[in-house]
Amino acid sequence: MKFSDFVKTEAIKAELTASDKEAVIRELVTSLVETGQLGADDQESIVQAILKREELGSTGIGRGIAVPHTKHPSVDKPIGTVGISATGVDFQSLDGEQVQLFFMLISPPDQPNDHLRALENISKQLQDETFCRFLKQSRTSKDVQQILEEADNNQFVS
Amino acid sequence: MSDLFRSTTVTISNPQGLHMRPAYLFVSTASKFESKIEVVKDDIRIDGKSVLDVLTLGATQGTKVSVEATGADAQNAIAALEDLVNSGFPANVDSAPASEPPGV
Repeated sequence: MKFSDFVKTEAIKAELTASDKEAVIRELVTSLVETGQLGADDQESIVQAILKREELGSTGIGRGIAVPHTKHPSVDKPIGTVGISATGVDFQSLDGEQVQLFFMLISPPDQPNDHLRALENISKQLQDETFCRFLKQSRTSKDVQQILEEADNNQFVS
Repeated sequence: MSDLFRSTTVTISNPQGLHMRPAYLFVSTASKFESKIEVVKDDIRIDGKSVLDVLTLGATQGTKVSVEATGADAQNAIAALEDLVNSGFPANVDSAPASEPPGV
């Protein structure tokens, strides 16, 4: 699975304004709602599901990266987007570092394999330090979009 | 103290596969041991103590993986990881919100 299969580029937030964990999650979900990727009626339910998932253990996996996610019946395929915080946000990450790079993922509960494929792609690309550095330095949605496209064309991971 | 090498092949049995929480459980169990832990799936070999690495396996239900441990406590490490995988990552089910399916 490639980024273009699940990342909704219109919803990318290259300059997150939120400065705490819940606010970042709300900002990204709101962006997906405002760009028509998620229904407004489901917005609060999705935010709560993602927050609940975070309570089980932060999805801040270290190195300034977090993958807040949930499975939610309102979607019929994995839907994701990307957020960048220039200053970084405390996400209770494993390594205690502030998170700058957010990959949000909402997957249908009945398609666990697609969810795994999306996570597999995200984690493979995130292993590349150049990919991560370029994303963290991005200040426009277009920059982010271009880096994701390059990643899809295997320009970072061989 | 000489290094031991132990390995086992396990099948991912939980329906949700090796998603993020099982990956965490695997890594936190592996990290309790001093041995180097590696997981091999087909031609991919990854560090069993890195969540990001474990996620790159994209291991769905039914996927067979080899777990290899090298170090003084290799035997105990393999036993613990084998138990964890074969149990289907039970903490995962216990801690899932009641209103949602396990593995959310």
